[in-house]
Order: sequence, then C-alpha cells, then structure tokens
Amino acid sequence: MITIFLIVALLISALLYLNRNKVINYTLVVAYGVSLIAFTCYQLANPNQIELGFFKSDSLGLLLLTTLCIVAIPTLFHGYRYIATHDESRKSRGMFFAAMTLLLTATGAAYLSNHIAVTWIFVEITTLSASILIYHHRNANALEGAWKYVFICAISITFVFIGILFLSLSLKHAGVDDLSFDALQKNYAQLNPFWLKLAFLFIFTGFTAKLGLVPMYTAGIDAKDKAPAPAGALLSSILMNLGFIGIYRFYAIIAHTEIKVWANTIIIIAAFLSVFVATVYMTRIKNIKRMFAYSGIEHMGLVMLGLAAGGIGVYAAILHIVLHAFVKPSLFFQFNQVYRVYQSKSIYDVGNYFKYNKAGAIVLLLGFISATAMPPSGLFISEFMIFQSLFEAHKILILIVVLILLTMIIWGFGSNIFKLLFTPPLEIDESRIPKISPWESLSQYLLLALAVYLAYNPPVFFVQMIQDAVKLLPY
Amino acid sequence: MTDILLITFAMSLLYLSIANRLMTYIRILAFQGFLLFGVTFIELNQINVANLVFILLETVVFKALAVPIFLNHVIKRNGITRVAEPFIPNFLSLIIVTLIIVTTIVLSNSIHDTNLDKTFFVVALSTLFTGLYIISTRRKIITHVMGYLIIENGVFILSLAVGNEMPMLVNLGIMLDIFASVLILGVFFNKIGDVLKDPDVNQLRNLKD
Repeated sequence: MITIFLIVALLISALLYLNRNKVINYTLVVAYGVSLIAFTCYQLANPNQIELGFFKSDSLGLLLLTTLCIVAIPTLFHGYRYIATHDESRKSRGMFFAAMTLLLTATGAAYLSNHIAVTWIFVEITTLSASILIYHHRNANALEGAWKYVFICAISITFVFIGILFLSLSLKHAGVDDLSFDALQKNYAQLNPFWLKLAFLFIFTGFTAKLGLVPMYTAGIDAKDKAPAPAGALLSSILMNLGFIGIYRFYAIIAHTEIKVWANTIIIIAAFLSVFVATVYMTRIKNIKRMFAYSGIEHMGLVMLGLAAGGIGVYAAILHIVLHAFVKPSLFFQFNQVYRVYQSKSIYDVGNYFKYNKAGAIVLLLGFISATAMPPSGLFISEFMIFQSLFEAHKILILIVVLILLTMIIWGFGSNIFKLLFTPPLEIDESRIPKISPWESLSQYLLLALAVYLAYNPPVFFVQMIQDAVKLLPY
Repeated sequence: MTDILLITFAMSLLYLSIANRLMTYIRILAFQGFLLFGVTFIELNQINVANLVFILLETVVFKALAVPIFLNHVIKRNGITRVAEPFIPNFLSLIIVTLIIVTTIVLSNSIHDTNLDKTFFVVALSTLFTGLYIISTRRKIITHVMGYLIIENGVFILSLAVGNEMPMLVNLGIMLDIFASVLILGVFFNKIGDVLKDPDVNQLRNLKD
C-alpha cells in the first residue's frame, strides 16, 4: 500500500508542477487529499504491518501520521485560499502545491520508516520541498530565509549521517549489519557504548534542526517567518514532529543501555536552553509570525524535558507533541487573515482586530490561551504532566526556573496578542480592509476544539496508541 | 599507502587554513577529491566491482572535477572578489586547525577499539571540525559552501572506514554528497548571485529579531 501511495503522491506532485490549468490543479490537490486520507485509514486498519522491509506502521508512526492527515486537509484548503488571494502566476501555484504534497508525503513516509537510513533519506526530501515553499515569494528576504534553512539543514543532515556511521561502528562489535530500529532494539546489549554516545550526540544535534531545539533551531525560525502561512503551519507542526520521531526512536534504543543517564543530561541541557532562548526572544519580539515560531521552540523544549524526566513525562511528551500540532497550525492559518487585513507582520502596524474580523479574533484569543497552556486548553494537561514528571524525577530547580521562564513567555505573548486584538492601530486606512468570511476560521475552531477534546476526554484507542509508543522505552 | 594519502589529506587542511585566495580553496578541494579516489581504490577491496566503479567515479567526476569547475564558474560569473576575507588572522587559523588535529589524535588514543582504523577516524573528525571552523570564520557565502564541501569530504572518509562491511552507507554518503551539493550550489547559489549582486554573507542579515 505504501508503494502505491508513494507512487500516486509523486505522480500528483509531478503533474502539479507540470500542469498549468487551474481546474486540473485543484482537482489534483483534492485527489491528493483523498489519497492521503485513504492511506492513513488503511494504515490504521493494519497496525504493526511491515511493508517493503523498511516501513512499519507502529503506534507512534500511526499516531503522528493521523495527526499529519488531520492537519493536512485544512492546510491544503488554506493553501488554496492563500493562492487565490495573492494573485499568483500559474507556475508558482503549481510549484507551491507540488512542494506541499511532496513535503506531506515525505514526512508521512518518514514517520512510518523503521530503518534509520530510510528516515534519513525522507528527512532530506523534506528539506528540499520545504526550501521550495520558503522561497515561494522569490524576493531577497525569502531567498535569505531559504538559504539559511537549506544550509543549516544540510549541515544537520550531515550530522545525522555521521551519527549513523558511528552507530554502524558500534554495531561492528555486535556483528549485526541491519540498521532497522527493531534490530537495534533487539541487540542493544551488544552495542559499544562509546560509539553509541558519539552517535547519539550527532543524531540528536542533527534532528534538532527539524525539531526546533538548541543548537540548530535558528533555521526553522527564519523559514517559518518567510514561508507562506499555510507552509509555516506545516513547518511548525508536522515537520517538528518529524524531528521528534527521529530523536525518540533512537532514544528508545539508548534508553535500554547504560548511557541513558548521560543522554538524559544532554537532552535536558538542550531543552532547557531552548526554553530560555524562546523566553529571551518572546519577551521582546515585534514580528507576530516569528513570535509563533519561537513559541514552538518553547513547546519542543518542554516536550524534551518531559522525555528526559521519564515516567509519566514520556506519555505527556507524546500527548503534547500531538496537541501542539493542532494548536500551532490554527494560529498560522489565522495569521494569514491578519496579514490580509493589515498587510504587515509588525506588532506596531496592527491592532483592534476584533473590529475587523470577529471570528478570527476569537480564534487568536483561543489560540493564545491554548498555546500558553492556560486551563481550558488541551496543552495544559500535557504540560501539567510534564511538570509532575520533573517533580517526581527530583529536578526541582529546573522545574522552578522553567516555570518562571514560562510566566515571562505568557507575558510577552500576551502583551503582543492583546495589542493585536484590542488596542487601536496608529494609522490605518479602513476603506482598504477586505471583508473576511467567518467560514475561513472554521477549520481553526475545529483544530483547537480537537486539542481540547483529546486532552480532557481522550478516546480509548488514542490513549492506547500513546501507551504503546511509550512502551518502546524500558519502564 | 592509505595512511600516506590520509596524512596528505590532513596536511591539505593545514594549507587550507592559511589560504588567502578562493582559487586556492578550489584547488585544494579538487586535490582532496583525487586523494579520496586513491583511498577508495586501495581501501574498498571487498565490495563488488560495479559499486566500486560508481564510488570511484563519484570521487573523480563529482568531487575532483565537476564541483571545482562549477565553483570557478560561479566566482567568475558573479564577479566575486578573489580574497577569502577571514574574520581572524591566518596565523591564528593555522594554530586552531593544528589544535583541532591534535585534539582528535588525543581523543582517538583514548579509544580502545580494535575494529577501528584510527587514521581514518582522526582525519575524518579533524576534517569535519576544520570545515565547521572555516564556515564560522569566513565572510563570504561561497566560502561557507566550500566549508560544507570539506565537511562532506570528512564524512566520506568516515564512511570508508565502515565501507567494506556496509557498502550501503558509502552509497548513502554519496547520495548525501550529490543531493546536498546540488541543492546548495545549483539552485541557491545561482539565485543568490542573481538577486544580490555581491554574494557577501553580510548582505544576508535582514532576518533578525
């Protein structure tokens, strides 16, 4: 099935690039959406099935694939709205959707991959397709964003490859030459700890470019700022999840060995620094889109803290990453409408959004509450569990500092969002503001509501899937 | 023989650290391509012939010829000035690169692993860190690209160390090599030359907070 899906997706992507006809373009996009849903349903119906020797539909992969599918449908719709309101040329429209379908396909395939080299190949493809999306506007700033993204991702992908090489050195002892995650899990006892340490260091550093963690987070920020908002939504949700799955699957092997404590220390340092960096920028940032991007850095830092703390923190980390993937895209989708009203990303040019687009303003308010994890939000549950796990792991000092930093983030985030929602802007020509249909905010409401529903009243199979994913670790 | 080639490779890194002109960088890259050809030819004697020919072709055609010629073309076409313009003096660079090599040697001596050929490990790691160092201390975008290509060479050496057991990894490394270089050089460097007349990294500093 995965072969058919990959071929169909590649074909659709190529046709989108080659074809210039509007009707055929959109038909292809719809066809892609349908095939993605069909593929996800098929995989959900056949869990733990190995295909082509490299792909295995385990719980973690399925969970994130379903998340991808749920986020992809509104993204394609908002991509359509974006192109329609921007008066794009026929060529750039084709490129946009071709790159987007390629990105979705590569990410989905990487989720299901059970072989570290195959994951790595698909991560490379996501870099390629994401850079096309970032360079969509073809001006100097977009070029700068794309260049930085490509360069840093190229270095980090090289790091992952070096990590794989060290991993293969550690395998030499075991006499195994199979790099699939299952085989590594089985043979963890024979892996040489020294090489495993080096491998972890490089693979972790490499994947932080996708996950958005110190030290490689910088690429993602510029990329999310410069990419069109629907693409930014993908970069800040499913692509971050790709970084998470890469680290998690490898960490699941490390966690069985003696170097687990050492690896936890590395993760905690990187995660804590990420929250710190996010705080520094969030409190003084003036560009709304970059603010959303930094908020993603903060959340990934928390996720990694949960993972390193262990216990209930691992469950919370996976829950958090799923919920975050619903909340952040809705903010990015909504930002596109904000931009249509004010034609600016700067906090100085915007304001009084309630007056111009009520439905959208409520989305921003709810999105703010969700992203800062205040109680009605779903992220509150997962963050609370992460804090609980930090407490249980006797990392009280880190917990206290992180809580203080989070408070500062809420202040920075809040002061910008409330300025956008309530304070009237200095100069604005109200006659030029377009009327925005409330229906365009529907998908954001649905995504935010889904995040609340999954956190407070999770269906049994959802909990079961997360628990299966947690079982990869030894507890 | 492999050791001689690899040590020459490490020496080329030292030369790289004091090189002033971009042309010298390009020549060193081409020279490293030929060195890698030699190492591959001697070292990979347990894999099948077709695969070996493919790997050898990649080192000669891609690393030693195509990339340097293309870089040369880019420099001429975009009118990039010929000086590398490092942030710090060459003498200091030389010391730092020497320190990098010494550190990796010390590090490798702490490893007790009979499976490992230490020369490969030392040269690969020091190439990797020298590449990172070049990237972080040079001004121009094109020197960043060259630093990246040096990192790629280091990775290639490391992949040769496990090449006989897992030829798949060498092939993957080549895929990375071609894919990333084409992505960086082909699409983006062309466009950077077109949009910004002077491809200086200081011009790419608009995006910040």
